[in-house]
Amino acid sequence: MNFGSALAGGVLIGLAAAALLLFNGRIAGISGIVNGLATKDRDELGWRIAFLLGLAGGGVLVMKLTGQASASPASLPVLLLAGLLVGFGTRLGSGCTSGHGVCGLGRLSLRSLVAVIAFMAAAILTVYVIRHVPGATA
Amino acid sequence: MTRWLAALLAGAVFGAGLALSRMTDPNIVLGFLDVAGDFDPRLAFVLAGAVVTTLIAFRLVLRRGRPWLADRFRLPLARTIDPPLVVGALLFGVGWGLAGYCPGPALVGAAAGVDSALIFVAAMLAGSLLQGMTSRGRAT
Repeated sequence: MNFGSALAGGVLIGLAAAALLLFNGRIAGISGIVNGLATKDRDELGWRIAFLLGLAGGGVLVMKLTGQASASPASLPVLLLAGLLVGFGTRLGSGCTSGHGVCGLGRLSLRSLVAVIAFMAAAILTVYVIRHVPGATA
Repeated sequence: MTRWLAALLAGAVFGAGLALSRMTDPNIVLGFLDVAGDFDPRLAFVLAGAVVTTLIAFRLVLRRGRPWLADRFRLPLARTIDPPLVVGALLFGVGWGLAGYCPGPALVGAAAGVDSALIFVAAMLAGSLLQGMTSRGRAT
């Protein structure tokens, strides 16, 4: 296991969030950036598309360099359900791992702390049911 | 234009961080969430590295009156712990635990052409649109 690259990757994520705040004054919450794409404001649309293109480019480059191509073990119906829940839930709850987790906790936001505890608990419980409750599969 | 370049750069560093820390591998994410089984603690280091960095860096950045390339900081204004926050986070958590993808890594995986990520992202966008439509019906 490589804890060094996990820690270094985390620091890069934090620095990127700080850079977006310093340059653009924006919170680097991925679900929020995606949900804000439905706008006709050119400048508002521009930075969001630019960030997401950068995210894809930087992410794919490092995935290729480190030889990653792992897929989710979930079946097709479960993937569809999971995607729906994540899209619906992050919009209803105003954030995901990056917005509430990385940025919200960094701002010492109580709302984000509550959200992080809720989604971590729900995710851990879900994995527990799938992997350790007899009869349940994904 | 400068603003877009800055966002592009921040996005690239963010994506590189996700892939370097292996958040882009759903199996590692699910291993981290599997506390009762073959627990993989790596992602705790990702979260710790990211949050310690933002705790320090956000403080320094917000000490400035305004961002370099925009007129003001746009920070979330909501303060109340309300049902949408908690219910939304719970639904998100269930989806995260089912597939091992949260939005950022799923987008990177989809861009890399990973089948499961492409399927997940399509459903994720549908879920977001669905929520947008249901909330528009109500007065907010």
